[in-house]
Amino acid sequence: MSLATQAAQLGVGWDGCTGAVSVPIYQTATFRHPSLGQSTGYDYSRSKNPTRQVLEDGIALLEGGARGFAYSSGMAALTSLLLLFKSGDHLIVTEDLYGGTYRLFEQCFTQYGVQFTYVDTTDLEAVRRAARPQTRALVVESLTNPLLKVADIAGLASIARERGLLTIVDNTFLTPYLLRPLDLGADITIYSGTKYLAGHNDTVCGLVVVKEPAIAEKVAFHQNAAGAVLGPQDSWLTIRGMKTLSIRLDRQQENAARIAHWLRGHPSVQKVYYPGLSDHPGHELMSRQGKGFGAMIAFEVADPALVAPLLNKLGLISFAESLGGVESLITFPAVQTHADIEPHTRQRLGITSVLLRLSVGIEDADDLIADLQHALTTEAAA
Amino acid sequence: MKIATRLIHSGKDVRPATGPLSVPLYHASTYAQQSVDDFGPWDYARSGNPTRQALEEAIAELEGGVCGCAFGSGMAAISSTLLLFSSGDHLVVGEDVYGGAFRVMTQVFDRWGLSVSFVDATNPSAMEAEIRGNTKALYVETPSNPLLKISDLSSAARLAKRHGILSIVDNTFMTPCLQRPLELGCDIVVHSGTKFLNGHSDVVCGLAVAADLHVGKRLRFIQNSFGAVLGPNDSWLTLRGLRTLKVRMEESQRSALRIAQWLESQPRVRRVWYPGLASHPGHEVHQRQTDGPGAVLSFELESVELTKKLLEGVKLAAFAVSLGGVESILSYPSKMSHAAMPPEQRAKRGISDALVRLSVGLEDPDDLIGELDALINTAR
Repeated sequence: MSLATQAAQLGVGWDGCTGAVSVPIYQTATFRHPSLGQSTGYDYSRSKNPTRQVLEDGIALLEGGARGFAYSSGMAALTSLLLLFKSGDHLIVTEDLYGGTYRLFEQCFTQYGVQFTYVDTTDLEAVRRAARPQTRALVVESLTNPLLKVADIAGLASIARERGLLTIVDNTFLTPYLLRPLDLGADITIYSGTKYLAGHNDTVCGLVVVKEPAIAEKVAFHQNAAGAVLGPQDSWLTIRGMKTLSIRLDRQQENAARIAHWLRGHPSVQKVYYPGLSDHPGHELMSRQGKGFGAMIAFEVADPALVAPLLNKLGLISFAESLGGVESLITFPAVQTHADIEPHTRQRLGITSVLLRLSVGIEDADDLIADLQHALTTEAAA
Repeated sequence: MKIATRLIHSGKDVRPATGPLSVPLYHASTYAQQSVDDFGPWDYARSGNPTRQALEEAIAELEGGVCGCAFGSGMAAISSTLLLFSSGDHLVVGEDVYGGAFRVMTQVFDRWGLSVSFVDATNPSAMEAEIRGNTKALYVETPSNPLLKISDLSSAARLAKRHGILSIVDNTFMTPCLQRPLELGCDIVVHSGTKFLNGHSDVVCGLAVAADLHVGKRLRFIQNSFGAVLGPNDSWLTLRGLRTLKVRMEESQRSALRIAQWLESQPRVRRVWYPGLASHPGHEVHQRQTDGPGAVLSFELESVELTKKLLEGVKLAAFAVSLGGVESILSYPSKMSHAAMPPEQRAKRGISDALVRLSVGLEDPDDLIGELDALINTAR
């Protein structure tokens, strides 16, 4: 069955009692037990909540994993996964990763004795070289944030397998609609569900899908023990969002491709990063391993002085953190999403004071281009 | 201002232009910024959400702290608080803490090099005896779960201060309505807001409040970095529940005392634990440091068979996990809240298979006593 069908049908038929097509929001903390030693399968909503379960089963289905897990944010999903490891362990991580992930690793988990090595995960040799006896996992972003580098998931997973490491893929920018990392050999996928999956800029949520039941058991234990679970209303909104995932992403991708080409032709833009452009270094790999190029674009303007007027003049496109929603958003990574990365590291990675990240929504592409055109026009040129 | 008034008016600093008396339910995950150089107070909902902030300000104000944080569950609040520490640190913890806290300490944070000594927290010198060079905090519940043991919070706070370590109190059973540990000198209060604070058995939520800004800032940093935040709908419901905390708590507490006294007089009840009874070992200390005994009591029946009969026959009080709702909830610690604790540890703590915990709700106490009477005192 295609993902569009599976997604549209999430939760349908779940409530046999009334036949409600939309799964109810079970706003309950606890569940009555029929008798001693018996349970309805639900005891306490931190451990298991029916609405959250429909979401968890749904993402596992779309992703092709054994079990899914929903958390109160993408960072909560990642933190809960890190709890699988222990003091003394070492992880290899994509170097241009989301700033919040970097902050969590460097400012919370290093104090617990975990070591992280940041490498360019598009370079399989670099990943091999970074492995040590204490290495337990690779944590990679399938499409990196913000520079949209493409990771070779099958290649990375095979390196990990040789060394007995887990491959954890943050697939937030692509979703299972465009890339299914578990099919390519990864063990765990992780999402900020806030982004494309919920898709409406109205829910903060994190999701994890685990391929193997044995690993899923451990993840389940930590989800319940640490308790960073997603509430029922937010679970329901995420399910609701996922039903339109495919049509939203189709439109977002079309828009993104047009805008990327348009930006490339603009004199005030010096560089455009979009994997759908045929000269993007990851273009071929992405065509091979995925079903599309997503709707995230990063671009450099010609001069840092252009940034503030551009952000101030944009009307339709909101200057706001986050991405993946129906509304287009623009972000200035160096001061927003990646502010927690040291300046020299940002500079080395290319997260500079001229780099902007655009999350393309489902508005009409002509209107978005007109908004960008207006904002990129300098006083002098006008 | 008195607590009844503060409960109604706390967390109202978030005032949108339309002037609503109830804070709006802000579902936005992100907020548009006006300028590159000067971001507004809101940027991303994990970092800050106006609805959640209203709840956080309310709980901070009610507990008398400087910084409140709301989390996706009580365990998320506890886990986030434990992230204040580092590998090699040690905690002294009351021995009959909630099974979930016991589990996360002994099966998750142990692998991160955090060590824990469980002690009888009713005895300050027993706590002091466990303090070592690497001890960073005392962690207590009072009344404890499920045996309602009482720790003297002022002496715990003094002890912690003398050793330059933090004192952390799980105030779930009491709420700031009845007990304010920060006013007694403690440093951090954690809550399962799922219980009395929200009070309607319809939200899973956790809260943590810090007494000083330094700890508060680190906690806020961890809340944002770990990201185990409470969603807006659940924040709104908890704030709504908070408004009626005092009237709920007073009514439930009145009923709890009557039920505890009644149970104490029943021949088939071996023992009753309730801090409001003069027979309770911590009665005096509890009276000194709180404004009431609360609405949770535990009792042990004469046999496991009778316990089973009670749990399976009960109608008015739901046989379920959790506590602190408008509905009375009867639970079975050895199989529920403390199932995460190994049997020998339970036995050591006196959590027998004939022990039940009753969270008294808002039903008429005559109806509750009538039901208990019918189940305990009539032949099968």
